[in-house]
Amino acid sequence: MLLVKGLSCGYGRKTVISAMNVEVAEGEFFGVIGPNGSGKTTLLRALSRAIKPIRGSILLKGKELWDIPLADVARQAAVVSQLVPRVPMTVEEFVLLGRIPHFERMQFVESARDIEIAHKSMALTDSLRLKDRPMDQLSGGERQLAQIARALAQEPKLLLLDEPTAHLDIRHQVVIMDLLKRLVRELKLTVVMVLHDLNLASEYCDRVALISDGQVFKAGTPAEVLDYQVIEAVYQTVVVVHKNPVSGKPYVLIVSEDELKKNRDAYTRGT
Amino acid sequence: MMVTRWMLCLLGLMLLLAVVVLASLSLGIAGIPVTKLVSIFLHGRGSTEYSIVFDIRLPRILLGMAIGGSLSLAGVILQGMFRNPLVEPYTLGISGGAALGVSLNIVLGSAAAGRFTFPVCGSLGAGAVIVFLYFSSVRKSMVKLQGLLLNGVMISFIASALVMLLMSLSSTETLHGIVFWVMGSLGEPDIALITLMLGMSVVLLAVAYFFCHHLNALALGEDEARHLGIPVERTKKVLFIVSAVLTGFCVSVAGMIGFVGLVVPHFMRRIVGHDHRILLGASFLAGAIFLIFCDTLARLMIAPSELPVGVITGIAGGSVFMYALSRGEVR
Repeated sequence: MLLVKGLSCGYGRKTVISAMNVEVAEGEFFGVIGPNGSGKTTLLRALSRAIKPIRGSILLKGKELWDIPLADVARQAAVVSQLVPRVPMTVEEFVLLGRIPHFERMQFVESARDIEIAHKSMALTDSLRLKDRPMDQLSGGERQLAQIARALAQEPKLLLLDEPTAHLDIRHQVVIMDLLKRLVRELKLTVVMVLHDLNLASEYCDRVALISDGQVFKAGTPAEVLDYQVIEAVYQTVVVVHKNPVSGKPYVLIVSEDELKKNRDAYTRGT
Repeated sequence: MMVTRWMLCLLGLMLLLAVVVLASLSLGIAGIPVTKLVSIFLHGRGSTEYSIVFDIRLPRILLGMAIGGSLSLAGVILQGMFRNPLVEPYTLGISGGAALGVSLNIVLGSAAAGRFTFPVCGSLGAGAVIVFLYFSSVRKSMVKLQGLLLNGVMISFIASALVMLLMSLSSTETLHGIVFWVMGSLGEPDIALITLMLGMSVVLLAVAYFFCHHLNALALGEDEARHLGIPVERTKKVLFIVSAVLTGFCVSVAGMIGFVGLVVPHFMRRIVGHDHRILLGASFLAGAIFLIFCDTLARLMIAPSELPVGVITGIAGGSVFMYALSRGEVR
């Protein structure tokens, strides 16, 4: 679905990503993890054509991303950003905007089919009940659902998400992640998602890429990547990795400075 | 359903426009009942009443329609593009350029050549600012909206300082000429210029309609619009040119009639919603209604003398806006 080869890009003279290689298979739930400033969001922006690569190439279904007409890209890939714009339109109007890439040349209003697809996407994301509510009066979780509905209205094959669960409580985090997992399974979507939360990535992603300093440090299944030595090397933080007793997936626990000291003292005292 | 509602809105506005136009045709020092308008039109050719209605009042109404519509259309486009409800057609400094052009025209004495030199010099000044803004902030592959806005505001300041400089150096008579032009008026007698203005405003309204989906998508932000397949940079370029030309023409022909381009789009957004497919047309009509209404008031209030229409638009627009704001009607 997506193939990133030797990609370098950044803002102005500053290169954030250098010679990065990533491959995402069709129907995969792919997570991009890494410390702040490592280039996760920049990668996503490059994949969504917001910034142009300096070197290297991005292939979407075997075609060079920048050679595909913009509207075609919008019909194949939809982007869900971290912060949903607080616009004073209703959820339905907002979701219908997702149909813009499918409009005919002189189409002025949405067709019955456009409305049907928008309603279907809202039903799928449990946001149909919010249809007539103004976007700027929704809670963070509801806005995120509406935004995913809008992305689905584009009828994409690929969904690019930038930390869709940031600022959400655990219930809404699980709602969003479960929804995305279901979309991958039922609509055969491919999901590429930037995540901060290593444990969410571990629970839901088929494969993850750990980014460090603009390069892929390690890519593979969560069990392969979320190893305590790998995490400590990239994040420069002491962690303990356990297994989630329910799912058997790795679970990353942090260790505070005080606890670390206590343990060290105990160790040097020889107990 | 949505389309029906839009059609009703447009129909309502057109009816209101018809009412205002008829009222404006009939009211004045020489009051002519609305019922007599048709018979004057059909049989009264050559009479005094015919020339009052169709040679004096009608051109003024047509110009009011063109200027009011253009200014509020430019306001909607700029507010949509900048995603900033405080931007108005005069923010970009185009009006400042026009004012400077006209002031120079008066001070340098070329105004003596005739009335036509005013719009010519005005559009030269406005054109110079548009060209400067285009080459300084728009031409590059990325239109930096913040830079464009800042440049525009700075040009406004510089131009108004230069106009004040000219005013301080000029004689009382010249000063009077400049002040009157700056206050704005719809008293343009040249019917060819009025036709040009009206035609141009309708054409640019049509052009703006080609970008109604683009404007709706831009409301989400530039990145989001691009994700929806909108060629953002090209859109911003075209919309800048459309609104700049609208503003330039308006100011060159009618002077600085303030507030229409700021207040009317706000009100229409409250009434018809944020969808540019209806907002563009509704604002155009409402701008026309508002300006014809204010101009009629300006003619009537201290008749036989008349007030500058900019005074009325400012007072009426500003106070109604503040009232609405205090009631939480405007976001």
